[in-house]
Amino acid sequence: MTSGFLTQYGGQVATLTIEHLWLTGAAMLFATLIAVPCGIGLTRRPRWAKPVIGLANVLQTIPSLAMFGFLLPLPWLGDRAARIAILALTAYALLPILRNTYAGIRAIDPTLLEVAQALGLTDGQRLLKVELPLAASFIFAGLRTATVTCIGIATIAAAVGAGGLGELIFRGVASVDNRLVLAGAIPAALLALAADTALGLLERWFMVPHARELSR
Amino acid sequence: MKPAIELRGLSFAVPPGRLLLDNISLALGEGSTTAILGRSGSGKTTLLRTVNRLVEPTSGEVLVLGERVANVSPISLRRRIGYVIQETGLFPHFNLERNVGLVLEAMGRGRSERIRRSHDLLNTVGLAAETFAQRFPHQLSGGQRQRAGLARALAANPDILLMDEPFGALDPLTRAEMQDMLKDLLGRMKKTVLLVTHDLDEALFLADRIVLLRDGKLMADLSPQEFVDSREPEIEAYIRAFHRIGAEASGASARQAEMRR
Repeated sequence: MTSGFLTQYGGQVATLTIEHLWLTGAAMLFATLIAVPCGIGLTRRPRWAKPVIGLANVLQTIPSLAMFGFLLPLPWLGDRAARIAILALTAYALLPILRNTYAGIRAIDPTLLEVAQALGLTDGQRLLKVELPLAASFIFAGLRTATVTCIGIATIAAAVGAGGLGELIFRGVASVDNRLVLAGAIPAALLALAADTALGLLERWFMVPHARELSR
Repeated sequence: MKPAIELRGLSFAVPPGRLLLDNISLALGEGSTTAILGRSGSGKTTLLRTVNRLVEPTSGEVLVLGERVANVSPISLRRRIGYVIQETGLFPHFNLERNVGLVLEAMGRGRSERIRRSHDLLNTVGLAAETFAQRFPHQLSGGQRQRAGLARALAANPDILLMDEPFGALDPLTRAEMQDMLKDLLGRMKKTVLLVTHDLDEALFLADRIVLLRDGKLMADLSPQEFVDSREPEIEAYIRAFHRIGAEASGASARQAEMRR
């Protein structure tokens, strides 16, 4: 029977997994492109940090089902469910990335930043050669948290017809078929674990050598 | 001798109207070493930092090699001035080769030139390049880190070195070694050095001029001999405070310094 279930739904699980991955990946890409530069900007204007991080915090508190519902009637966005899903997921991913980018750069020993200045590094050189490498482990931690959160929340995107593994879960709940629920939930959980592991490996690769050595 | 660094009527005020530097004028000859003494908060570090524009004075001006620093871009100015601080500020994510070559990297010099120069300098400061070039700062002792910090300050072959208590965190033996090395190095390279220190012996040993600051004011600008012989109450008090054991020690310390010269 299990093998029958697999032959019946296997192809669908694979398609929906890819869809799930695409929704999450696109949202993570947008969130990173917004939140990392914003986080860097906030370290230059720390007075803005509280209101901006506060705003990201508020976005985070909106229940995900409500968020999808709010976005549904909007023009253009509402035409395609995937657009809504990606926008909502981007909003949820902002906070951890933004907060960690900001905190990671602020945590750098001010002496090092002063030395970078005294050596005659330009602002861009200081950012690329000193600040980002030293804050990398913080930023990666934010990316990992955001990715895992997004993969979880993306299951709810099925409620507005955006697809993804949530579709199996919703169908399973509606038809009281636990096998369908699990067929959606297990791949989603595995996806989250795999993404977290992959980012962890990427982080190690990026990690500054002294930290790599210390964590050995 | 043409001054390498000239301060003219330099003042620096912080908001509630407190003067950290109060109308200071000084001219430091090319190739000279000047030690700035004074208690904490007397403005020593602030004075040093006006030279590479880490601090912009409220009034007065700073000239480096005859040029007003206010007219020079801070980036190119700083690349021409070596800077050494107590905690060394070596970048923990770079090995020594990269740390030492960083100024050249920022200036866009090629990789082979950077490596050659940083290896030369590591050898010069007593860190054999084949052993130390690939090491990271956390793998070094305090004295070794300080040597690497000095090598980095010399990377772009600056005419001027600013040193802010460079050996303050070292044990007395390592400190004496570092002082000997620096003296030897300065004897071979012609650098104008501005050295902030708390250590009177260090000032007497390394400097050919001693400047004493109090509350942002210039109290003395003397040769080492004049300094120890001075009957100025301010200077006598400073020397006495440094050598608590026996008032005659001030003379002894000058003799010691002379002997090490």
